[in-house]
Amino acid sequence: MLSPVILVPAVLNGLLTGAVYGLVALGLTLIYGVLHIINFAHGALLTAAMFGAFFAHRLIGLDPYLAAVVLTPLFFALGYCLQRFVIGPAAHGVDRNILLVTLGLAVVIENVLLYAFGADTRTLNLDYAFNVVDLGIAFLAVPRVIGFGIVLAVALVLWLILTLTDTGKAIRAVAKEKLGAELSGIDVAHIYAVTFGLGTACLAIAACLLIPTYYVNPHVGNAFVLVAFTIVVLGGMGSVTGALIGGLFIGVVESLSGLYLGESLGQIGIFVMFILVVLFRPSGLFGERA
Amino acid sequence: MRGPSIAQIVLVIAALATVPLLTASNVVLNFLIVALLIALVGQGWNVLGGYGGQYSFGHAAFFGTGAYVNAILQMRYGVNAWMAFALGIAGGALVGAAIGALSFRSGLKGSYFALVTLAFAEVLRILASVAPITGAGVGILITLDLRAQAFQFQGRAPFYWIVLALVAVSLVIVRLIEQSRFGAWLVAVRENEDAAKAVGVDTARVKLAAMTISAAITAAGGAFYAQYFLFIDSSIAYGPWISVEALLAPIVGGVGTVFGPLLGAVVVKTLGELTKLITGDAPGLDLVIYGGLLVLIIAFAPRGIAGLLADLRLRFARLRSSALERAHG
Repeated sequence: MLSPVILVPAVLNGLLTGAVYGLVALGLTLIYGVLHIINFAHGALLTAAMFGAFFAHRLIGLDPYLAAVVLTPLFFALGYCLQRFVIGPAAHGVDRNILLVTLGLAVVIENVLLYAFGADTRTLNLDYAFNVVDLGIAFLAVPRVIGFGIVLAVALVLWLILTLTDTGKAIRAVAKEKLGAELSGIDVAHIYAVTFGLGTACLAIAACLLIPTYYVNPHVGNAFVLVAFTIVVLGGMGSVTGALIGGLFIGVVESLSGLYLGESLGQIGIFVMFILVVLFRPSGLFGERA
Repeated sequence: MRGPSIAQIVLVIAALATVPLLTASNVVLNFLIVALLIALVGQGWNVLGGYGGQYSFGHAAFFGTGAYVNAILQMRYGVNAWMAFALGIAGGALVGAAIGALSFRSGLKGSYFALVTLAFAEVLRILASVAPITGAGVGILITLDLRAQAFQFQGRAPFYWIVLALVAVSLVIVRLIEQSRFGAWLVAVRENEDAAKAVGVDTARVKLAAMTISAAITAAGGAFYAQYFLFIDSSIAYGPWISVEALLAPIVGGVGTVFGPLLGAVVVKTLGELTKLITGDAPGLDLVIYGGLLVLIIAFAPRGIAGLLADLRLRFARLRSSALERAHG
């Protein structure tokens, strides 16, 4: 039953999927870490980005990996504007309201997509989608291996932004002590919006990595966002490394529970884990604060 | 706490009860039945979210349990429909108590509470979509049996009066809670949980009780849904749509007020129907309106329509008194 011939490919594929989960979670955890809100529109924004990548290829023949170059700044701007002009002003600074505003945005985005494109599930047929690398013990899809590499690169870039640039330092200052940051002249509303933009930009990249091997429909983001919530909680809310490691871990868990329990029950594994972690260790496995 | 008197509630319900005597239109009655159903489900959410400040994003868990317990008991075990209906409510309350006990014992609040309720609803949805007893992916059809003993009726009017009665009961319950010591504790938890604890309120128990009542009211909505439409499946009963409508109605109408959910449900459903009338059968467009409405209400009228009306009345009163002063001065 635990034959390595099945197990090793399952674990490796789980790691590859988990990397993209990690990227989605990275965006979520970044926003949580700084704004201390859970962005319920995260899944809907991912769906929007996937539609963007899909139509970039379908309409103007742009390869998804090239589309990332266009979509990433576009989604950064979108996220920036959403936080600056919609979520921030609408919420009046009350946490409960922020939850509801992002939920409302999620409902709007998801259903605009449903209205515009219908409920059909679409896939891109790229000629390299089925290319594989042979590791001797397992075959891995090339696009997913590339995706893994890109996720690591993005995480590195994000880390460099946060540690080296002035904006990055301001972001970390606001995350630690909002009032203090404000008193030392940091424009908190701007930093909030930049952070939200960065989190949304992560989604654009994740979408471009997913689209070669995955499908898109107006509800596709939901599947990812609950997984991302799980990862974020598991990795510790606001922890960037936690999100990456949590993503890889959840990818493997999903792959293995899918193998042993079947597709739909495999999903339950993630939720049950989420509930258990939230109930018994809400600070996460790697989290610092409760 | 200020709020409507029981007499005012009776008056509103009595006025609504005359509708089937004035019109026999199935379209009108069907619209009102669905609006009242949402008002009921929203009133459930209002007890916990509006008065207790605990925002659940997973009230589908209770709605679905009410619906499934009702349908399963009737179809699989031959239980009488009215009995099954009552047990559906009890089942929902039980699920509410269980989820509440787990979450509040772990001290979950705010975002974490919203997330964990959402996750519970999703777990139940997935379980219901695979378990044989719930009819798995196919769902459950309640056999047509148009007798009052079977909680089924030829026309829509009896259904209308039943859901109206359920709404009436929920209104009275919420009004009684508002006036009670328990209600004061609940509001104290919403306003400042630490302070409430400091003055000796057993906050965990208060929240747990609120969640159980909340779940029971919402489960009544679910059980009624199954009885009215005679069909449920996992994405109807435990789907995210009902979690959203459950919170939308009270927030639009006026969160933490007795009539808020009823007012909100009527407004929301009217908007939904108008959208359908104008655009035809466009999938998703009514939900776009709902989502937009949610954002707009929070941005511009955080106390909902009830709050807007109160402000308007205040302004009007001020205007009149200043006019009077001028007239006399």
